Amino acid sequence: MIEQKIREIAKDLLSKKTVDLVIGFGEGTLPLRVTPRFIRSPEKVDRLIWNSFCENNLATYVHKFSRFKLGLVVKGCDARSVIALSLEKRFQPGQIFMIGVPCQRMVDRRKVSRAVKGDILQAREEGDLLYVKGDGFEVSLKRNDFLYSSCQACTHRNPTRADVMVGDPVEELPLKEPYHEAKEFEKMSPEERWKFFEKETSRCIRCYACREACPMCYCSECFVDSSNPKWIEKSFSPSDLQFYHIVRAYHQTGRCSGCGACERACPMEIRLGYLTQKLNQDVKELFKFETGIGSEAPPPLSTFEIADKQDFIK
Amino acid sequence: METNWEPKILAFLCNWCSYAGADLAGTSRIQYSPNIRVIRVPCSGRINPLFILKALQSGIDGVLVSGCHPGDCHYISGNYIGRRKSTTLKRFVEFLGIEEGRVQFSWVSAAEGGKFSQVVDGVTQDIKKLGPIKRFVKKQN
Repeated sequence: MIEQKIREIAKDLLSKKTVDLVIGFGEGTLPLRVTPRFIRSPEKVDRLIWNSFCENNLATYVHKFSRFKLGLVVKGCDARSVIALSLEKRFQPGQIFMIGVPCQRMVDRRKVSRAVKGDILQAREEGDLLYVKGDGFEVSLKRNDFLYSSCQACTHRNPTRADVMVGDPVEELPLKEPYHEAKEFEKMSPEERWKFFEKETSRCIRCYACREACPMCYCSECFVDSSNPKWIEKSFSPSDLQFYHIVRAYHQTGRCSGCGACERACPMEIRLGYLTQKLNQDVKELFKFETGIGSEAPPPLSTFEIADKQDFIK
Repeated sequence: METNWEPKILAFLCNWCSYAGADLAGTSRIQYSPNIRVIRVPCSGRINPLFILKALQSGIDGVLVSGCHPGDCHYISGNYIGRRKSTTLKRFVEFLGIEEGRVQFSWVSAAEGGKFSQVVDGVTQDIKKLGPIKRFVKKQN
């Protein structure tokens, strides 16, 4: 079982002092939630778990714990983020020990809570079914009906690189339509797209959770916090909210692994995934680059080809 | 909308080619639309996409970015790097729903005063057709 293996590997790493700490997932305080767990001693590895709610991208901690040797539990998307960070030289070679876990795709807790009436008090997972219990109801749900949209768009569920793999690789399911969210929006008219973007961003409370959850947002001073030059006002005017979201997404060009952590972190449930998905689609189409797949190619915006497309330039 | 509205266009011109091209247009007394405001930058690769977005947000109706032709960059590869940024940014703002043509790009060398005037006239025409910027611009109270 995956959970057991993760614990064994973590125990081994910690007792041999290969790493200073192992970051994995632990039981959350609420049903359908797990929390990142930081294990420093081999006795405590039993706190690590693995289930369908291990949604966080733990690569975020790579630069938050830059002075430690880390053992990191990574899914396919997290591994891609770690590789992208290594291309940007965010850690020393050998500093990160990746414990790769083939991902069964994660369950969207919001979709689950919307499917039932009332608060969920208990949840349990067995095979392909979720048993959800609450005040006056008890239902079983098929987990595959409640997957995150980012997970539905996933083409790399197996970590592309890992120091040790837990369990057997899963079969990569071919997608009916890659980048389905971006494609859906491309069919709309610019007016409709703008209206949608305007409506979504108008809910933003500027908590910057999307930025904090993202492993690629590590600037020591974010453009929103900079006062000289002051790119953006600290206001809630629609234009400033749009500005933040445009630039936050655009800064992910060629760096986003499509893990969907930004969208999941948003307390206002703003649709953010389609923006970075569009960028990923463009980068793949224009520069044949996919984040975290090949670990040699430099980030696409830091390099060029003489033959790059330029039909839009007069 | 005012009847005699004229678009405000911001042009980022690279120091070594396009700015000199604009200079040549001037010294050759070539006429072009007076709607552009020029900002001289060292290289088209210097242009941070934030500049363009900030300009649109501040009420600029259109942005023109112009640099050296491929292969002519004073810094060898600045315009190639800039080209990648331009490509992705242009596609992205259009995907969001900002009208096509608000942000335009061109290559103008120091010898192309005539081309510079054509480019500026073309951009001005396009922006006049689009009208004043409504999306994304910050309303002044």
